[in-house]
Amino acid sequence: MKIAMTVNGKSVSREVSDNTLLVEYIRDHLRLTGTHVGCDTSQCGACVVHVDGQAIKSCTMLAASAEGAAVTTVEGLAKSKDDLHPMQVAFKENHGLQCGFCTPGMIMTATDMVARYQAQGKEITEDAIRHELEGNICRCTGYHNIVKSIADGASKMTTV
Amino acid sequence: MSEGIGARVLRKEDKRFITGKGRYTDDIVEANQAYAAFVRSPHAHARIIAIDTSAAMAIEGVETVLMGPELVGDGIGNIICGWGVTSKDGSAMNMGAWSALATDKVRYVGDAIAIVVADSKSIAKLAAEAVVVTYEELPVVVGSVQALAKGAPQLHDNAPGNLIFDWEIGDLAPTDAALATAAHVTEMDITNNRLAPNPMEPRSAIATFNEAEDHYTLYTTSQNPHVARLVLSAFYNVAPEHKLRVIAPDVGGGFGSKIYIYPEEIACLWAAMKSGRSIKWTSDRTEAFLTDAHGRDHVSTAKIGFDKDGMIVGLKVDTKANLGAYMSLFSSAVPTYLYATLLSGQYNIANIYCNVQAVYTNTVPVDAYRGAGRPEACYVIERLMETAAREMGMDPSELRAKNFVTSFPHQTPVIMAYDSGDFAANQKQAQDAADVAGFAARKAEAASRGKLRGLGYSNYIEACGIAPSAAVGSLGAGVGLWESAEVRVNPVGTIEVLTGSHSHGQGHETTFAQIVAERFGLPTENIQIVHGDTDKVQFGMGTYGSRSGAVGMSAIVKAMDKVEAKVKKIAAHVLEAGEDDIVIEGGAVKVAGTDKQMLWHEVGLAAYTAHNIPAGMEPGLKESAFYDPTNFTFPAGCYICEVEVDPDTGVTEVVQFVASDDFGTIINPMIVEGQVHGGIAQGIGQAMLENVVYDDAGQQLSASYMDYTMPRADDLPNYSVHHASTTCPGNPLGMKGCGEAGAIGSPPAVINAITDAIGNNNLSMPATPAAVWTALQDVRSKLAAE
Repeated sequence: MKIAMTVNGKSVSREVSDNTLLVEYIRDHLRLTGTHVGCDTSQCGACVVHVDGQAIKSCTMLAASAEGAAVTTVEGLAKSKDDLHPMQVAFKENHGLQCGFCTPGMIMTATDMVARYQAQGKEITEDAIRHELEGNICRCTGYHNIVKSIADGASKMTTV
Repeated sequence: MSEGIGARVLRKEDKRFITGKGRYTDDIVEANQAYAAFVRSPHAHARIIAIDTSAAMAIEGVETVLMGPELVGDGIGNIICGWGVTSKDGSAMNMGAWSALATDKVRYVGDAIAIVVADSKSIAKLAAEAVVVTYEELPVVVGSVQALAKGAPQLHDNAPGNLIFDWEIGDLAPTDAALATAAHVTEMDITNNRLAPNPMEPRSAIATFNEAEDHYTLYTTSQNPHVARLVLSAFYNVAPEHKLRVIAPDVGGGFGSKIYIYPEEIACLWAAMKSGRSIKWTSDRTEAFLTDAHGRDHVSTAKIGFDKDGMIVGLKVDTKANLGAYMSLFSSAVPTYLYATLLSGQYNIANIYCNVQAVYTNTVPVDAYRGAGRPEACYVIERLMETAAREMGMDPSELRAKNFVTSFPHQTPVIMAYDSGDFAANQKQAQDAADVAGFAARKAEAASRGKLRGLGYSNYIEACGIAPSAAVGSLGAGVGLWESAEVRVNPVGTIEVLTGSHSHGQGHETTFAQIVAERFGLPTENIQIVHGDTDKVQFGMGTYGSRSGAVGMSAIVKAMDKVEAKVKKIAAHVLEAGEDDIVIEGGAVKVAGTDKQMLWHEVGLAAYTAHNIPAGMEPGLKESAFYDPTNFTFPAGCYICEVEVDPDTGVTEVVQFVASDDFGTIINPMIVEGQVHGGIAQGIGQAMLENVVYDDAGQQLSASYMDYTMPRADDLPNYSVHHASTTCPGNPLGMKGCGEAGAIGSPPAVINAITDAIGNNNLSMPATPAAVWTALQDVRSKLAAE
């Protein structure tokens, strides 16, 4: 089947088999390899992208279900090569990543969670960040610096 | 120098990872690429009677299905363990044959039988399921104690009783005598639970064969691509070394599990040659649980004796190490030379004896996982010390302190010679940071909320920087454990450092650049670290055992020494000064005490134009070095954990975790702290959450993230990480290593804290709510009975 959507601001259309997962569409068909696959059971969150502004696990959605949607992957987060999203900057400045494999999913989850809290006018506490990360697994950092990164990124996101 | 040694330089490698531009093996696509899937045994122990591939071959898009007998027939060698361990009776270890694809028997669930090559991942998987294997099921054994019992099912013909080796270290008779006369003896049964390493990037490989060149290329998720090439060539006969290029690009974590050369890489290379296609295989997560080497799985009994003053007189340990169905690459070294040699802990112990029996079972092979033997040793000695202190009515920190080794070098009775350390300083720093003095008040406050609060110590020591090649050779290692480096100063003065170490999260691209920046006064942005490609880097032993600092960076220092010597010669020649008067600082090469100087890049240019260099000097400015360590290094520290237990549910929360580490010289504190955080998280995971579970039929019940409890953000605390360092005398930078300490030191601290809270020392890992609640009920029933 042929499906069409907007990915990182660009219209894309591909012929795919109807059981193609969104993550396969992104990685194998569009060759955007920043979105990763770390498990088979929707547990690890390495594949998180935004679909119509909401964080979703792209391993758990058919590409066909995203027909007509606006998809943002980690590659689409920065305004330009030198103008990174404040959450990306926060992960670097707080050493929020080591091997980097879970990082795109962490950043996409983080930007979504902060945006949700800010839209509701709620402060995002450390406890809230830890709770919100229940769908993302990191094996390297012990989460300490990821939590710090997200708190820092949240403060920077309010100023943009 | 703001970017030199000790500076918190932000990581150079981060930008590509935060923008999705990392390049991991599965991200790469080769021309004419096919996909592999493996037919795996659903039985833990069975004879293969017949394999029918006709239905699989009939599926459109299937290129080929290849099996074990053909692989063996093509001369592909068996997978080997690279470290020979000799039993106490002098006999060699009993290594069972392990073919990359099984030929007659399968010995664990997941054992590979055939490789299916197809046009797509989904066709390959579908076809693998269509391969019909007829089995004769055999009896199964999964536990090491059971496997050693009379009448247990036999895995390998050449390992009677499933015994791989029966090894000992230390002196039995004096240890028994010391324990017999001890004023107090503490004896414990101690189990170290089996873990799955779980780097977030699953293993992956892409094999390409160029028929015209008779040349292979392998992209793989490896911690040591050079060793992979060596082993694939010299032992598995896949290709001669000069016809095989191994590339480990960005690798998403390893923790030991990506040291080894697995059946899948061998089979993909061989199948690429057979089929003429480039072949990609990427593990899924359940496949990772079923095939990535597991860690730990020790069952021990341990006895420690004290005199009337609380001084240790002897330690005796008996350990059964479950190595799984086959011997993985370093599997023999982990429960012997990386374990029993650390049983002396931070203490003066005159008499130590340890017996280790390594055992085959119908489970995934077990090998090094973050810490590798040292967490098991630390867990034995630190649980004994805490428990003994409680039994003797002493403060656990005081009992430890009075037994500390305080003068160095210190020769233990179990090979290791500790070179430096100040264990009391680490303990004091940790106690201050943890406010141990205020613990009683916190405990009382917790009690007012109905919570049981406990505090536990762990004073760990470990051995890193593995290790002098001659020493490990004499202990059975099949390789030397040096490291190599090449420092290339370009004509424009920028520098490339080629290193045999491999970075898969450790931040080498930053820290290695920092030591070059420090030495030559250059910005780190002018320095590029190159690693992970056997066509670029001359050779290397890779990254594991926290060796990249102590060994890998030492090799860079040695190469920089040579570069510096040549730079000084050139500058002295051009500036018409004596070599001894030349100094390098701030990016310039100067004649001390004068205003005569060359800028760094001018020296580079002079070396390459070679118009005006000393007579007889070779042009160019590139030096390489091999560094062989002089000793192990000995990171040590004190960890203090505080927990709160809900007595009604057993739910336990780590409410404070303090670490004071001695890592020697620290290049980048930010990165070192990150390593400690991650290590502690894995240690808390082992202590409270993680456990590989097999049923009696050898089925792994914990083979997905629905079943195996990976630590998540809300399972873990913030960590309070401190350093009280002594310089390591054994290497030029004074480094000890920091990669594994957190995972080594933390499990006993957690369990000691929980057992303190519940008043029952009899608690095994993982201390799940059910386990904690049950242990608490045992105490209550005992109290009620009294």
